[in-house]
Amino acid sequence: MTQQNSVQKHHGAEIELLSFRLGEDEYCVGIMSVREIRGWTRPTPLPHAPPHLRGVINLRGTVLPVVDLSLRLGMDPVGGDARNVIIVVQINGHAVGLLVHAVSDILALESDDLQPPPETAGSDGARFISALAIVDERMVRILNLEAVLPDLTVEAA
Amino acid sequence: MSDPMAEIREGFFAECEELLESLQDGLQTLSESAAPDAEAVNVTFRAVHSIKGGAGAFGLDTLVGFAHRYESVLDLLRSGKLDLDPALMRLLFRAADLLQDHVRAAHEDDPTVPEGSADCLEALDALAGADPAEPEPEVTDFQPLVLSFGDFGSEESSAALPSFMVLDSTSLADWEVRFHPRTELYRSANEPLYLLRTLTDLGATEIVCDGDIPPLEDLTEDSAEICWRIVMPGHLSETEIREVFDFVDGLCDLTIAPLPLAEVEENSEPPAPWPPVPAPPPTGEQTKDAPPAPAGPKPESAPGEPPPAREAHGEAAATVRVNLDRIDRLVNLVGELVITQAMLAQSVAEAGLQPNASLRSGLDSFTLLTREIQDSVMMIRAQPVKPLFQRMARIVREAAAATGKDVQLRPLGETTEVDKTVIERLSDPLTHMIRNAVDHGIEPPEKRIEAGKTRTGTITLSARHRAGRLEIELSDDGGGINRKRVLETAIARGLVPADAPLGDAEIDNLLFLPGFSTAKSVSALSGRGVGMDVVRSAIHALGGRVAIRSEFGKGTVFTISLPLTLAVLDGMVISVAGETLVVPLSSILETAAMRPDDVRTVAGSTPVLQLRGSFVPLCDLGAEMGYHAQRPVVRDGTVLVTALENGNRAALIVDEIVEQRQVVIKGLGDSYGRIPGVAAATILGDGRIALILDPADLVRNMTRAGRAQPLAV
Amino acid sequence: MSLSVLAVDDSRTIRDMLGLALGSAGIEVHLAEDGIAGLEALEGLTPDAIISDINMPRLDGFGFIEAVRRLERFRATPILVLTTEAAPELRARARAAGATGWIVKPFDPPKLVRALHMVAGQEDA
Repeated sequence: MTQQNSVQKHHGAEIELLSFRLGEDEYCVGIMSVREIRGWTRPTPLPHAPPHLRGVINLRGTVLPVVDLSLRLGMDPVGGDARNVIIVVQINGHAVGLLVHAVSDILALESDDLQPPPETAGSDGARFISALAIVDERMVRILNLEAVLPDLTVEAA
Repeated sequence: MSDPMAEIREGFFAECEELLESLQDGLQTLSESAAPDAEAVNVTFRAVHSIKGGAGAFGLDTLVGFAHRYESVLDLLRSGKLDLDPALMRLLFRAADLLQDHVRAAHEDDPTVPEGSADCLEALDALAGADPAEPEPEVTDFQPLVLSFGDFGSEESSAALPSFMVLDSTSLADWEVRFHPRTELYRSANEPLYLLRTLTDLGATEIVCDGDIPPLEDLTEDSAEICWRIVMPGHLSETEIREVFDFVDGLCDLTIAPLPLAEVEENSEPPAPWPPVPAPPPTGEQTKDAPPAPAGPKPESAPGEPPPAREAHGEAAATVRVNLDRIDRLVNLVGELVITQAMLAQSVAEAGLQPNASLRSGLDSFTLLTREIQDSVMMIRAQPVKPLFQRMARIVREAAAATGKDVQLRPLGETTEVDKTVIERLSDPLTHMIRNAVDHGIEPPEKRIEAGKTRTGTITLSARHRAGRLEIELSDDGGGINRKRVLETAIARGLVPADAPLGDAEIDNLLFLPGFSTAKSVSALSGRGVGMDVVRSAIHALGGRVAIRSEFGKGTVFTISLPLTLAVLDGMVISVAGETLVVPLSSILETAAMRPDDVRTVAGSTPVLQLRGSFVPLCDLGAEMGYHAQRPVVRDGTVLVTALENGNRAALIVDEIVEQRQVVIKGLGDSYGRIPGVAAATILGDGRIALILDPADLVRNMTRAGRAQPLAV
Repeated sequence: MSLSVLAVDDSRTIRDMLGLALGSAGIEVHLAEDGIAGLEALEGLTPDAIISDINMPRLDGFGFIEAVRRLERFRATPILVLTTEAAPELRARARAAGATGWIVKPFDPPKLVRALHMVAGQEDA
């Protein structure tokens, strides 16, 4: 569980991350996978879909699935109001929208700053975290998007 | 795109498709016409011939070889040296199928020789009487080997030559060329001057005009009194010099001989015993003013006269080849245009303008134009179903051969056009259905004769446009569905209760149930493992429906109804539980208002709607889509009565019918698997995504959930 | 002065190849898909040379050449026959119809260009 798929791990290299808030916690993803950030749009719900798949939105003429990241990580759903945002990320050629409470910052970290997450066996949320970092005395969780969205990686080219 | 030859090569394979199509057409005509149809033979010959010609240009030797030997037989047929009997007809069809395989193999650079080629070639060669070992002369280079035509080295002996000094650095003897054009040379628009010029380019050192030049007043433009003597350098080969005269071979007297070397002591080279003058050909008369038939048997009574112009080919419309990607891009852009237009229309509507505002009328024309552009673009993608039908003809032939049955395919409406993607995706299900029809529909010959039918079974495949959709009908004149056995099987497999009161149509539809099979043994041919349920799913995925009807002893008819395009559909926009959905218009039979008295429940909880005397299962759409929880039976509101592909109906409860409009189909992608009851998505005028329902799928899944009787399959 | 040539062949592939081979040699190429189309094209053209296939629908090469030769304007226009057959009797027939020369398919572009220059009496570029 210590793989760091979503971030570069060259020694001493600088890594840019987009950090955002889910509930009270701060998470981030590698900026290279982020395509754009959109304001809240109510997704069209898909019947019989898992609860975290909130539905689909129109992204300039294409159908973009939107995942409630909070719900996916086992926390309360994102309410869906004007302050919420959808981060459009590209994983293995698929675009997907991540619904989060709010975007916080762009962080530049040395890879030395990253620590492997503690082994918290059984915890559902933990396997989605590829690394941890302390920024301004806050803990930032770096997400492993492939683990968060396995459906999008099974058909990876 | 950058390599023009690669482009031409692709063009060649595209042309091959067309040629293979005309080949099939020609063969079909031949097989149907009682008397030999000369033009049909010509068509087949030309098709094979053109494939051979193009293939040669790309060095596709295997393809050239096959086409050549096929062509030889067609040539014999053309010249009446072969009689067209049923055996030959079968061979010609077989060869056409294999030629198609060869073309495909060549296109894919697949070195595997298509299966069955050897046998077929053997049969062709046996007819053509050809020696299979004989190399194909067609693959030779530009100039054929110079045949030893005998119009040279004749009456003028080298003794008559003046001794002429040529000093050349090479030790090879120079050539002396004597060239005496005959009248015919001029008549064939050859020009001695140009030939001489070419010789000069090759390095002629001496050109002397010879012969008796008549007085100017007797000179005509094609009088053949003049001859030339040319000296060519010895480093050239005789062949190189002779090549210059290739076109006038037989139209002139030509001798090419080495000049005796000036220094005799150097004479170790071979000029002395030269030239090996071949015997003059029998036609090589030396008459100066021979009639323009120096060689060749009967120039005027040419066989294979140009056929009269034929209808279809007569006004062949000009075409242009376009990369499919460009068309797809155009289709997508037009899709965006349609959506933008819808959004604009919505904004204008919301702006509350005067009914006669110029913005409105402008928008109206914009809407109209958009629709027209869309139709035109869709037409670009439309193609006739003919190639598909021809593939099916082949499937019939192969299936018939594999089962030992006599079956013919009768195609109807081959020119009917439909979106290319629909055609492509129809191929698999149709193949399966055709194999089924041959394997299980058509009876063995002896059984047919017993039943008082013709020995040859007929499968009819027809296409037509009907109500904005493509309707394909596949019928056979076979034994029809044995309903008793079908029902027994279905009961044995627990697909229906033993006491289910099923009507004929319902029994027929059991064939579409997953895993259903009536074949006592799974046949290798139709591979009953994948049954008609797969066929139905495939047609379904295309937004199509398939229905079956059958008469025992007389045959079975499958009717497939498909959208003409996969890019847009006419839909009814509805609202359910605050969500907007689109229901394909093609699946809606009617809309109706429910009255509480019309709603009953059967088997405890399954609600049905009484509709003009019959009962239709009632589906609470909002609950089925998961928009709200299951409710007690709803007894009033609006329903859409939809057609299921098995001929049954279902009523969907909706909150509101918003409008009817054309929507652009957007794929939902493959990220989240198939969603039951949802066919695709579209973008509405407000920019939001609406799901496009697949009512039949929705009801089927509702059925699986066990809230309706299997009767409503 | 560049040559202008009318090439008549029912195979699009061969037409494409002729267009490419001749066009890239600086020859002005006009294309027609069969004998009838060839004759129609000649109504508005005076090419320096004509290339014609033999096996074509509507009007084959023999018929086309005969028809061209009947036109006074084209009595002396060189006509090269494109043929897959090297058989002498085919050449003889073509010649009897009025063909100037023949080229065996598949053709070698430089040789074809040379042949055209030769029959049309123009120096190679």
